[in-house]
Amino acid sequence: MTNPFSTEAAGLQGRHTSERIFKLSGLAAIIFAIGFLAIMVGSIAWTGSGALRESVIKLTVDLGPENVDPSDVDGASYRTIVRDALKASFPDVKSRKDRRKLYGLLSPDAALELKQYVSNNPDAVGQIVDVWLLASDDADIYLKGGVDTSLEESQRKFSDAEVAWVDLLTANGQTKRQFNKRFFTNGDSREPELAGILSSLVGSALTLVICFVISFPMGVGAAIYLEEFAKKNRLSEFFEVNINNLAAVPSIVFGLLGLAIFLNFFGFPRSSPLVGGMVLALMTLPTIIIASRASLRAVPPSIREAALGIGASRIQTTFHHVAPLALPGMLTGAIVGMARALGETAPLLMIGMVAFIADVPKGFLDSATALPVQIFLWADAPQRGFLEKTSAAIIVLLLFLVLMNLLAVVLRRKFERRF
Amino acid sequence: MSKFNKVFAAFAAGACAIAMSTSAASARDEIRIVGSSTVFPFSTTVAERFGKETDFPTPVIESTGTGGGLKLFCAGIGEEHPDITNASARIKQSQVDDCASNGIKDIVEVKIGYDGIVIANSRDSAPLEVTLQDVFLALAKDVPAGEDGKTQPNPYMMWSDIRPELPKTKIEVLGPPPTSGTRAAFVEIAMEGGCKSFSWIKDLKGSDKSAYKTLCHSIREDGAFIEAGENDNLIVQKLQAAPTQFGIFGFSFLDQNSDVLQGALVDGVAPEFEDIASGDYPVSRSLFFYVKKDHVGVIPGMEEFLAAFSSEDAWGEEGYLTDKGLIPMGDEERASVAKTVADLAPLSM
Repeated sequence: MTNPFSTEAAGLQGRHTSERIFKLSGLAAIIFAIGFLAIMVGSIAWTGSGALRESVIKLTVDLGPENVDPSDVDGASYRTIVRDALKASFPDVKSRKDRRKLYGLLSPDAALELKQYVSNNPDAVGQIVDVWLLASDDADIYLKGGVDTSLEESQRKFSDAEVAWVDLLTANGQTKRQFNKRFFTNGDSREPELAGILSSLVGSALTLVICFVISFPMGVGAAIYLEEFAKKNRLSEFFEVNINNLAAVPSIVFGLLGLAIFLNFFGFPRSSPLVGGMVLALMTLPTIIIASRASLRAVPPSIREAALGIGASRIQTTFHHVAPLALPGMLTGAIVGMARALGETAPLLMIGMVAFIADVPKGFLDSATALPVQIFLWADAPQRGFLEKTSAAIIVLLLFLVLMNLLAVVLRRKFERRF
Repeated sequence: MSKFNKVFAAFAAGACAIAMSTSAASARDEIRIVGSSTVFPFSTTVAERFGKETDFPTPVIESTGTGGGLKLFCAGIGEEHPDITNASARIKQSQVDDCASNGIKDIVEVKIGYDGIVIANSRDSAPLEVTLQDVFLALAKDVPAGEDGKTQPNPYMMWSDIRPELPKTKIEVLGPPPTSGTRAAFVEIAMEGGCKSFSWIKDLKGSDKSAYKTLCHSIREDGAFIEAGENDNLIVQKLQAAPTQFGIFGFSFLDQNSDVLQGALVDGVAPEFEDIASGDYPVSRSLFFYVKKDHVGVIPGMEEFLAAFSSEDAWGEEGYLTDKGLIPMGDEERASVAKTVADLAPLSM
């Protein structure tokens, strides 16, 4: 192949050919990259879409006076009521072992659900009613077609008896699939059918708020000082090199720093978004400083000269004229840094945010976890039902990222000014 | 041109609001648990139910590994230190001493049940039938050579090199890293068990204990044993892709993936629930958690949590923990541990 940048007087056709080859290879590279992206996102979305549906089983429960005392509705044993209803649907099931399996068709939370149903529908007390109750993860996987019944019984988790029960329920119209609201309103759980993303989503949001509030003003302040006020000498060069190096330090190092300083020295609460946000702020700072300095440098010197020329002080010049022009670039840098912080787990490991936390955090000092940590924990869980939850959590994380990037674009548009 | 100032004013306000919310820091009201990743699924299950069924907040549980958990646990008394640590191996005297040097004198030991360590492969290939001696010969760094007292670097590359009845495939075993409790238990039970089946090595234990340990506890580093990290799901996926490889992990992962994996028979016994519970399956270990007695009565809900964990509903033969893969203790042993928990009887080594 001829060198496309050659200035030799090659034939016109030869030059056109090399241009075409260059364009085609560029196009091929882009198609290749987009193809891989599509395969990755596609497979995650395909697996994750299952998490948006949950299976429910309809049972006829007896809320009569012998089961529920109308004067003490909360005191009734809803677990027994649910189990009795299951037993009534399958009167042939006699042995203890089989009964345990039968009860296993429903989620352990089914009793709690029934209790809630009763408190929402007080009229149902004393009657026999049909209610939809949440199926267990194994039944859910079977109903979604995830069990290969052609395999021998000993080679799968879902036994022939369970298959027969669920098939009978389905034939009677007693099973259905519905939108899984729980995934967005629950915290973490050991039962795949109950596990939700809310606690880690709130944890991530709280952590990022702290991270932004600390790192943005500090980063922008440092950048303005270094770019507009500091003298250019050995010392400022030394700082610059260090900031650039800091941006490349592996994130786990910041986690260790956080453990030593924020937890052991200052004694802030372990696993709290406050500490997580501070650690991530340390990690994001260099990125913000570098981006802010670049955008300050891009402001034409004529702006500064004009402001100084009509008698503005240096502070006035900087804060009234230069910084507002550089703001869109600073915000973009901040959001890129925050997006990286959103995806971090390594520094959070050291400060105890990689943990099982079921309750949704209510403040900056409550124990919390973050979205990527939740993905890691679910990916590590033995139950098959967590597979689709993991993918769904990845989708939520990606959406969060897209939203943040959109925000960056909107802010840039809003503050951008032409000159 | 005051947009920039406005942005900064907003920040100052935000920072103040956060500072105010943090200054109202109160004492910790939730139980904090650290420790073994093997006990993690059981501990979290109890914690979740405890949070739902009582008015106490759900305990926070970190999976740090047995050793890491004890280190955090023994760091001191006070609400910044964990209350409970999970362990997949019994606490060592050195760790008890470490705790004592930080003022933690009374530790309550709670045994919760058993776990089997399995050697599994894909259902696409034939099941393996090995003895503990085969396991040792396949994975040890040095193996006995010919006469008594002589060793050589492990020469076995194929399973059939050890015994002709074993499969004619390369020895490739995926297992946990040295930091893991599973690895420690595997080395102590399976490797050492196979090692001392040679009578001269057994005699060595009496005469030169450190040589005995080095020989029996060293795993080969020539690529036949592959350290696969703490993520057992990753091992499960790799085994499905490569049917000739074997993996070492806890029973609960085999239990959850019984449609794609099969456990090897060790000394003629398959890793099944009943056989691990009865002790017939040779590679099984006890699971524990340790409680800081000084925190009971200080951190709210400790007694109630301990009671919930040691209830028949949780760890009994039919308890919900068995659904998660825990192998329960016998009736008498359960009753005696439950009594220790109720009395908060401290551990004595």
